[in-house]
Amino acid sequence: MPCDIVVCMKQVPHPDYLGKISLDPTRGTINREGMPAVINPGDRNALEEALRIRERFSGRVIVLTMGPPQARKALEEALARDADTAIHLCDQAFAGADTLATAQALACGIGKLEHFDLVLCGDATIDSGTGQVAVQLAEFLDLPCITGAEELTFENERSLLVKRIWERGYIKVRIKLPAVIAVTDKINQPRLPTVLGIMAATQKEIRSWNAADISADVSRVGLSGSPTRVSQMSEFHAKRQGEILQGSPEKVVTLAIDRLGKLEML
Amino acid sequence: MNYEVQGKRQVWVWATHYREELDKVSLGLLGKAHELCQQLGGGEVASVLVGADSQQMVAELIDYGSDKVYLANDFSPFETELCAHLMTRLIRIHQPEIVLWGATSLGREIASRVAAKLGTGLTAHCIDLYIEEVGGECQLVAVVAGWGGNLTLKIICPQKRPQMATVKPGIFSPAERKKRSGEIIPVEVEDRASRLDIAEVVEEPEETTSLEQAEVVVVGGWGLNALGGFQAVDELAQVLGGSVAGTRPALDAGWLPAERMIGQSGKTVAPQLLVTLGVSGAAQFATAVLGSKLILAVDKNPRAPIFEMADIGIVGDLQDVLPLLINKLRAIKGKT
Repeated sequence: MPCDIVVCMKQVPHPDYLGKISLDPTRGTINREGMPAVINPGDRNALEEALRIRERFSGRVIVLTMGPPQARKALEEALARDADTAIHLCDQAFAGADTLATAQALACGIGKLEHFDLVLCGDATIDSGTGQVAVQLAEFLDLPCITGAEELTFENERSLLVKRIWERGYIKVRIKLPAVIAVTDKINQPRLPTVLGIMAATQKEIRSWNAADISADVSRVGLSGSPTRVSQMSEFHAKRQGEILQGSPEKVVTLAIDRLGKLEML
Repeated sequence: MNYEVQGKRQVWVWATHYREELDKVSLGLLGKAHELCQQLGGGEVASVLVGADSQQMVAELIDYGSDKVYLANDFSPFETELCAHLMTRLIRIHQPEIVLWGATSLGREIASRVAAKLGTGLTAHCIDLYIEEVGGECQLVAVVAGWGGNLTLKIICPQKRPQMATVKPGIFSPAERKKRSGEIIPVEVEDRASRLDIAEVVEEPEETTSLEQAEVVVVGGWGLNALGGFQAVDELAQVLGGSVAGTRPALDAGWLPAERMIGQSGKTVAPQLLVTLGVSGAAQFATAVLGSKLILAVDKNPRAPIFEMADIGIVGDLQDVLPLLINKLRAIKGKT
């Protein structure tokens, strides 16, 4: 029996550029100019897992993202990596969404699909890293969910045994499809796009859906559907009233040990 | 959800445990919950404990600040769906102002689901929490590090209640334990339908003390390249009786296992003493050590950001400074 899989993705800043972020001092917004964007690394693992399941059971791999017009690039890359079709949830009404409003829009988008068996997500994004969207999406789809998945084993076509992370070891959980699963980067090694894949991708369709297309209640998506607000944003600086010791190694080490001793740290 | 708060304002903590021992993250949250109550001008701290019947743990929850403990012992805390059902119901009934969760692998999952069921906000991986008056109303301000730690964001949840936040282990240290009294309220989960079947829970004992629990942590960075590796970090940690850790570049160099990496994408620590060796102090590292009581940094670059966040900074070549530091400390430690 074929297994149709939805892979949720987010376009994020290139990891090398996270440290080069700056804020526009007058508007307080992030300067994104010249900042390359990529598929969130963990979402590539989700796509790879979907492709492996398709190899075994057949079925379709549908990639889904919510984001501004430029997020289409992420979908193009996913198609080049051999996904079958792509859906872009793109509407000004989706902008400014927190995890709850994002999950709401994704759930509406998935609700428009004729059929799916499994939803795969990356465990967390590198820009905000909350790891909340997969679970909240599952709640809105009224489906079970497992996060931190390191290994998926099909026991039969409708039942999965999932090895999930746990601080003191691991937990194996059985889950019936349909379900939402968030995978970690340990689950697999994503394959690279092939030339053939890149060429084939140009023939594939990217559907763009707005809020009306997915029958989204605009009061529940985007900024208006987000219970949380960013009240202030600043560049991170950790400051302590530290004492900097310079001079000969003998001198600085003696001074440092003296300070540690006085603070009862030894 | 929205509600009118009647009676005392409540701040709740989802308490987690294993083998009859409460997680340190929960005890740290109780201390913070107590502070938030004071900032709210009075209120009550309650904790919810699932899958345990231990008098000792209940007493501990009370001593660390709980005025009330809601206790459910008829199902396991691994049953995340049941935990979410229970918390959702209890929150609807008792209407706490704030609910705090440890950002553990299971806690994050339960909290996310509860937030979605209630339609309220959940702010993840907070590095600080406090109350501020915004527009005549007391709001919980949740401070988070975004963009790999390079941005500090203050997040509020102005309309919906409860205001919820998750906090990673190692951010808030437990306050001192004091003998207190509190009320124990047995609760049961009504909806027992779970779509998850827990097949196996496998414990893999850590070979060394867990980083989050260590009083002293010695962390090595890329600067150790000059010494050809991590040997000096091990030695210094041994002398100080501390745990060894490293930064992302040290991990990439193959000097330590992944579970020993400190940073935004790794562990967060708040030891009494943190010693950094050859660590430049990039934001993704800095946000993960903010709670450290004292930071001693050694690096050769006087302009490295690490010196802005250190309490004591030694500027010098690691080859010269480290052997001296280890020998002198060994001599002192040997005497005591």
